[in-house]
Order: sequence, then structure tokens, then C-alpha cells
Amino acid sequence: MSKRVTFNRNPLLSSVLPQWRSRFVLLLLLLGFVALVARSLFLQGVNNEFLQAKGESRYARVIEMPATRGRVVDRNGDVLAVSTPVKSIWAIPEDVDLKPAQARKLAELLDMDVRDLTRKLATEKDFVYLKRQIAPDVAQRVAAMGIPGIHEQKEYRRYYPGGDVMAHMLGFTGVDDKGQEGIELAFESQLAGKPGSRRVIKDRRGQIVEDVESIRAPQDGKDIRLALDAKIQYLAYASLREALETHKARAGGIVVLDAKTGEILALTNLPTYNPNNRIRLSGAQLRNRALTDTYEPGSTMKPFTAAMALDKGKFRFDTPVQTAPGRMTIGSATISDAHPHGVLTVAQVIQKSSNIGAAKLALSFPPEHMWQMFDDLGFGAPLKLGFPGEVGGRLRPAKTWRPIEQATMSYGHGISVSLMQMAHAYLVFAREGDLIPLSLTRIDTPPLHGKTVFGAQTAREVRAMLELAVQPGGTAPKAQIQGYRVAGKTGTAHKIEGGAYANKYVSSFVGLAPASDPRLIVAVMIDEPSGGKHFGGDVAAPVFANVMAGSLRAMGIAPDAPLAPLQVAKDAETVRESM
Amino acid sequence: MLRLNLVLIALIVASALGVVAAQHKSRRLVTEIEREQERMRALEVEFGQLQLEQSTWAAHARIEKIARERLGMRAPASGQVLAVDALVAKGGAR
Repeated sequence: MSKRVTFNRNPLLSSVLPQWRSRFVLLLLLLGFVALVARSLFLQGVNNEFLQAKGESRYARVIEMPATRGRVVDRNGDVLAVSTPVKSIWAIPEDVDLKPAQARKLAELLDMDVRDLTRKLATEKDFVYLKRQIAPDVAQRVAAMGIPGIHEQKEYRRYYPGGDVMAHMLGFTGVDDKGQEGIELAFESQLAGKPGSRRVIKDRRGQIVEDVESIRAPQDGKDIRLALDAKIQYLAYASLREALETHKARAGGIVVLDAKTGEILALTNLPTYNPNNRIRLSGAQLRNRALTDTYEPGSTMKPFTAAMALDKGKFRFDTPVQTAPGRMTIGSATISDAHPHGVLTVAQVIQKSSNIGAAKLALSFPPEHMWQMFDDLGFGAPLKLGFPGEVGGRLRPAKTWRPIEQATMSYGHGISVSLMQMAHAYLVFAREGDLIPLSLTRIDTPPLHGKTVFGAQTAREVRAMLELAVQPGGTAPKAQIQGYRVAGKTGTAHKIEGGAYANKYVSSFVGLAPASDPRLIVAVMIDEPSGGKHFGGDVAAPVFANVMAGSLRAMGIAPDAPLAPLQVAKDAETVRESM
Repeated sequence: MLRLNLVLIALIVASALGVVAAQHKSRRLVTEIEREQERMRALEVEFGQLQLEQSTWAAHARIEKIARERLGMRAPASGQVLAVDALVAKGGAR
């Protein structure tokens, strides 16, 4: 039979639990909540860096912002040097596992030998460049092969469309796009860009959705506008090249200056190189002779001696100077003229380029005067153009000069200068006796007046003498240009080899035009012409005429002489200058 | 009281949706400006390359070669140059 069970009278129910137990549970629950709140406060408010950093690492990215190197342009804005992105392919050799077919294809893409490629990949190193600076589209095809362990890296490569014509002026950059020579080095701080970086937030598709902060703003390099005129530069280069071939010369240089502003319009040297392809580069090719080499200027120095003589008031342009018998003994040494001339005026000393005449003019002044003049003209000290490797030439202190040295310096021996210094010093004759600093970059507001070296009257008189020198009866009738009055001076210097003057020459010519109001100075130097002619009037003067005529035309300078046929003297009539 | 609360809740929800929409829009705009800036850089690179190409084609050495060899041009001899008076030339240009 069944027994009814009653639940409402369970003995368990009647036993009363102590009150504290339920309170204890409640307390535990409360404590749990307090702990949670405290922890969340701690994480949210006090110790939040760690979690934030963790979070950011999942969406924030720091991206590099590359900066490009500035362009170099000529005075008319033609591009002379420009950087453009290229790719370098590098590899982690350990990770690369090439199948023969892949290796062949990769080598073909990179324009390499398969053996070279495998040799490069066989190295122990962790990192190896397979090929640097290749075109971006080739790099894309390499990337498309999807070979593990092969990566690419963005780089910049500098291109020089002017090639060897501009090489010495511009210099070049290294593989890291930093200037190593020439303008590239001289203006490195302005040309170089500073890469920047910034922090952004990217979404899962890799798109930037928020610009958080700019850590460092990128700074693109500034463009440099040179004073150089690409047209004149090419003309100088082509003329020099032709002259070097004709006269079988070893080397040469041409400098073209704007006499009004001191701007360097052209600077060229031979031998030269192609800055876009610098494999097998020799020291001789790299040398920027016009700036970093000195030579004995020879007779191109005489006009300064004459100017000093006139400027001190001791001589006039028509003061007679006895140069007979064409020889002069000073101390134990004898100097001589190529042809004895007899009595010459100061003007004729320049026109006929007499050594004796120049020496006599110089010796009538104390050495200190001459030294001061040379110093004022900038000889013996670098021009401070900021060009790497500029030299100052040799000018010893006046106290150490012996009379024979003073005599030879008056006609440009025993003193050495760079071609650029010589061209610069001729500014005094192209201007009113004052000297302004030279500039590599284009100047919009030229200095009106520079440091006065000679009086204006002296400058004009010497200019007139220099005009005589290029006319029949002077040393360089071949320097004449139709339609323009030209003034200039030849120089032919013996080269010193092993302490003695060897049978090798440096032919030079420095001249200015138009003589009525000089705008341009062209200096030409040809080293060791060995084609049978070596006098400045035969070798350097025609180059000068060619470059000057073209430059005057390129700059649109009005002719200042009637267009009569030139009175070019036959070779026989040309006066041989003295050495 | 209840009505006021309801109105406030509605306003809060609306403003919250507005924030979301604005955020979304700003992100879209950022993406867009990034894309345009990327395009600008690419165009600059292309400009540089085109300048390079232009000055390569216009290199004086190349022009001289073509003028001399293909077109048979030469510099005028000294007797063939006629100088025009500067003043007359200016008058003519006017």
C-alpha cells in the first residue's frame, strides 16, 4: 500500500541555517564584482600602455616617405641631372631554392650569367644583392616569378642626359644617390632630400583610413639652377674635342664666364667620361683640370704686369721699353725672346708678347707690389666656389723672391694657376678694373661693382693692347671673330718635368668680347699639343674664336664691329710669342 | 518624465549613428586622398622620366649629328651672315 509523502514537512526545512552564510555568499559575489571593476579600472586607466601598444600593432603602421633628390638644371631650365626610382633585387641565399629553369629565367631577366647568379646565391652571407638599380618593369617581372627569398628594394638612380659633355661640371652620385664629385658634391646639402615617416591606420584591405601623426615630414631636395648654358657648354666641348684631335694633344680645358655677372657659363675638360656608365674610369678622365689642376700660364700673365706698370703711373701705354738684343741676364740666368724686337712701347710688349719687355716692366717695381697684385687677382688661393678639389696654385711670399723669379713671373713662369683662376683674373680687363666673385649658380641680381684691382683707365688701356694682340702684327690673329671686336692674349708655356723645362708645351688663350663692352670671357688651355704646332696663337686661339663666336651668337649679343672681311694674316705674318 | 527620457534616448542613438557615419566618411576620404597622393608621386616620377627622355632626345650632340649627317646642314660661312640692325629689328617686330 502506498504511503503519502508530505514534502512540506521536511525535516530539512525546519532546520534553520545560520544567517551569516547567505551574507557570506553575497559578500563573495560583491568582492568578485569589486575585483572586476578594479581590474578594469587598472587596465583602462592606469596600466593601459601595454594593451594599447598591442592593439595598435594590429592596425597602425609607420610608413616611410621617400624624398627625391633635387634636379640640376641649366640656366634655361634644361635638365642636366635627374633622379628616378629603380629597383634593386636582393636575396636571402638560405631561403632561395631555384630550379634550373627558374635560375635561367631569373638570370635572363637580370641580364646576368647563370653561373654568376648561382655563385652569388652560394654565399654564406645572409644578404646579397643580385643586381642593383634595374628598371622598375624588369623588377616587376622578377617579383611576378614569386621565388621565395628574393626581394626587391626601391632605390633612386641619377641620370645625366648630357653624358660626357657635362661630366666634370656635374660630377656624379654614388649608388646610394649621394654626391661624390662636382656640383653633386658641392651642393649635396641642398640637393639631398630627407626621407620622412608617418603613422597611419590601415584597414584589413591595406588601405590607409586614418592619418594619425606625421613623425617626420619628408623634405624633397631642392633643384639647383646652374649658371651653365647647355648650348655654350656643348659648343666648348665639341670645339675642344676637335682641337685635341687636330693637334694630338693630351688634355685640355675651356672655361666660359659672363663678365657682367661672374657666372660660369661653361666648364669642360678632356679627357672626360660618361657619368651614366662609370665602369673603367681612370684618374685622368676624372680630373677636372680647369679647377683642380694648375699650369704655368705663360704669356697670358703679361697683361697683368703691364696693367700694374700703367696703374702705378710709372709707365704709359706708349712709354718705350728697350728689349734689344732679345736677351737679358739676371744673376746667373738668362731670359730671352723668341725674336729680338728692339725698342717697343708698353702696348707693343703685349702685342708682340715680349718676355724681356715684361720682365723690365716688372723689375722696376718691388716684389711686394707684384705679390700684392697677384694676391688681389686671386692667384695663390682657391676661388672658394665650393667645388671639391679646387686648388689655389703656387704663389710664394714676396720676401723669398729672387730677381730672376720676379722677372719670369712677369711672363707667367715660376707661378702656377688654374685655368678658372686665369679666366677669373681677366675679369679685371673685361670690367672696369674690378673683380667680382664667380658663381656656379645662376644669379639674378649680379654685383654691380667688385673689388677694385686696377683703375678703370688702366683696364681700358690694357684692353686696347689685348685687341692689338689679335690683329695682324699680334700673336693671335686667328682669334678674330667676324662682326665682333675681340681682345685676348696667347700663352705658350714650357712644361716642367723632373725639375727641368721639357720639350712639351701648354698652349693657352684667354680673351674677351665684344671689346667695346665685354660680355664674355673664354679661356682655353691645351696640354701637350704634338701635331707640329704648339704656339697658343695656332692651337688655342682658333678654339677660342670658335667658342666665342658661337657663345656670342647663342646669347644674342649685338656685333660691335663692321662686318668687313677679316684681315686674317697668313701664318708667316703671325708674330711668334716668346716662351 | 518617461517621454523626456525616450526623446533623449532617441537623440543619443541618432547622434551615435551620426558619429559612425562621419567616421566612415572621413576614412573614405582619407583613403581617397592617399590614392590621389600616390598618383601625384607617380606622376612626378613620370615627369622626371619624361624630362630625362626629352633632354636625351634634345641632346646637342644628337641634334648636331642629325643636322650634319641626315639633313646636310652646316654653319654659314663668314661671308653668308648678314647682321640685322637691332633698332630696325625691334621696329619690325612691333
